[in-house]
Amino acid sequence: MSEFSNWDIIYNLLMAARWTVLLSLTAFVLGGLVGLLLLMARTAGGAWAKGLVRCYVELFQGTPLLMQLFIVFFGLPLIGLDISPWMAAMLGLTLFTSAFLTEIWRGCVEAIGKGQWEASTSLGMKFTQQMRYIILPQAMRIAVPPTVGFSVQVVKGTAVASIIGFVELTKAGTMITNATYAPFTVYGFVAVMYFLICYPLSLFARHLEGKFRHVAR
Amino acid sequence: MAYAFDFGAIVPHWELLLDGAILTTELTVVGAVVGVGLGIMGAWARASRTPVVSQIVGVYVELIRNTPFLVQLFFIFFGLPALGLKLTEFQAAVLAMIVNLGAYSTEIVRAGIQAVPHGQLEAAQSLAMNRLQIFRYVIILPALQKIWPALSSQIVIVMLGSSVCSQIAAEELTFGANYIQALNFRAFEVYFIVTGIYLVMSILLRMVLKVLGNYLFERRRHV
Repeated sequence: MSEFSNWDIIYNLLMAARWTVLLSLTAFVLGGLVGLLLLMARTAGGAWAKGLVRCYVELFQGTPLLMQLFIVFFGLPLIGLDISPWMAAMLGLTLFTSAFLTEIWRGCVEAIGKGQWEASTSLGMKFTQQMRYIILPQAMRIAVPPTVGFSVQVVKGTAVASIIGFVELTKAGTMITNATYAPFTVYGFVAVMYFLICYPLSLFARHLEGKFRHVAR
Repeated sequence: MAYAFDFGAIVPHWELLLDGAILTTELTVVGAVVGVGLGIMGAWARASRTPVVSQIVGVYVELIRNTPFLVQLFFIFFGLPALGLKLTEFQAAVLAMIVNLGAYSTEIVRAGIQAVPHGQLEAAQSLAMNRLQIFRYVIILPALQKIWPALSSQIVIVMLGSSVCSQIAAEELTFGANYIQALNFRAFEVYFIVTGIYLVMSILLRMVLKVLGNYLFERRRHV
C-alpha cells in the first residue's frame, strides 16, 4: 500500500482544485452570456418569448442540479452526441448558471425606473440603444453584488459534477479517501479548499453591497 | 441508429420512486423544522451580548455557506465515524440538511430581526420585559413574517439539494432513480421522470409554505 502524507493529500487536492476553478469560471462566463441573451428576450421579446424564459428559469430553479447534469450526461448520447463528463458538467452548469443569472439581472433591470425607459423612448432611441446607453449601465451597478454572490453558488455547484465522474476537488477527495482510509482528514482538507475559494468571493460580494448601498442612498 | 425511448419501462418500478419521494419528503420536513429552529437560535445567539457566542455562530455560518453541501454530507457520513460518531445514512443525510439550513436560516432570520423597528424594542423594554420575552413576544413573529419568502426559497433549495444524499446511499428519490436505471439501463427516461417529480414537489412545497405562512402570520395580526 502506498503511503500518503498530509502533504501528498494537499498536493493532489490542489491539482484537482484547478479543475474546480476552471469549471466554475467556464460555467460562470458562458452562463453569463446565455443569461444576457435570455435577459434580452425576457425584457424585449413578445409574450411567447417572455413565457418561455420564465419556464426555463422555473425549470432550472425547481429541479436539482444533479438531475440537470444527469439529463445532459445521459440524454445527449441518445441523440448521437458522445460527450465526456467534462463537457456534460460544463454544459449542465452553464444552463443552471444562466437561469439564475437571468432571474437576478431581471430584478435589476426592473429596478430601473420606468421614467428612464420613457425618456429614452422619447429621444427616439431603439431598444438596443436604450439597453446599451441607458438601462444596462445603471442596472449593472445594482447587479454586481448579487452576481458576485451567486458565483459562490456556482463554485459549490461544481461539487455535484463529481457524481457524473468529473474529477474535480470533491471527486479527488473521494478517490484519495479510498486510498488512504482517512476520510476525516481528506474531506476536512477538501472543505478548507472550497472555503478558501468561496470565502473571498463572499467577502467581496458583501464589500460591494456595502459600497453600492452607500452610493444608492 | 435512432434511440427508441421507452418510458413504459419505468412503470413497473413506480413503488421505488414513491418510496423515494416519501423519504425525500421526510428528510425535507425534519430538515426544515429543525433547521429553521436552529436558525432562530443561531440568530438569537448572533445578537448575543457576549462576543464569543456571536463569533462562534458567525464562524459556523461562514463555514457552512462557503462549502458545498455534498462535502458537508461526506464529512458527516464518512469523516465523523473517525471521531466515534457513527450515523446511519438517513441520520447523516438529515443531520447534514439541518446543519446546512441552520446556517442559511441564521443569516436570513437575522436580517428579519434587524428589520424590526427599534421603537418596538424600546416599547417592550419600557414594559420591563426581559430579553427572552422581547424576543419571544415582540421580535420573532414579525421578523419571520418579513423573511418568510426568503426562508421558503431556502427550504426549497435544501429539498432539491437532498438529491445528492443518494451518494451516501440514503434511499431518497434520486437513489430510487439510480436503482431503477441499474435494473433496466433506461437512464434518460428515469431521470427525466424523476426531474418532473422534483419539479412538482418543489411547486407543492412552495404552495404549502405559502399557506403555512398565511396561517402563521395573517391570523395573529387580527387577534
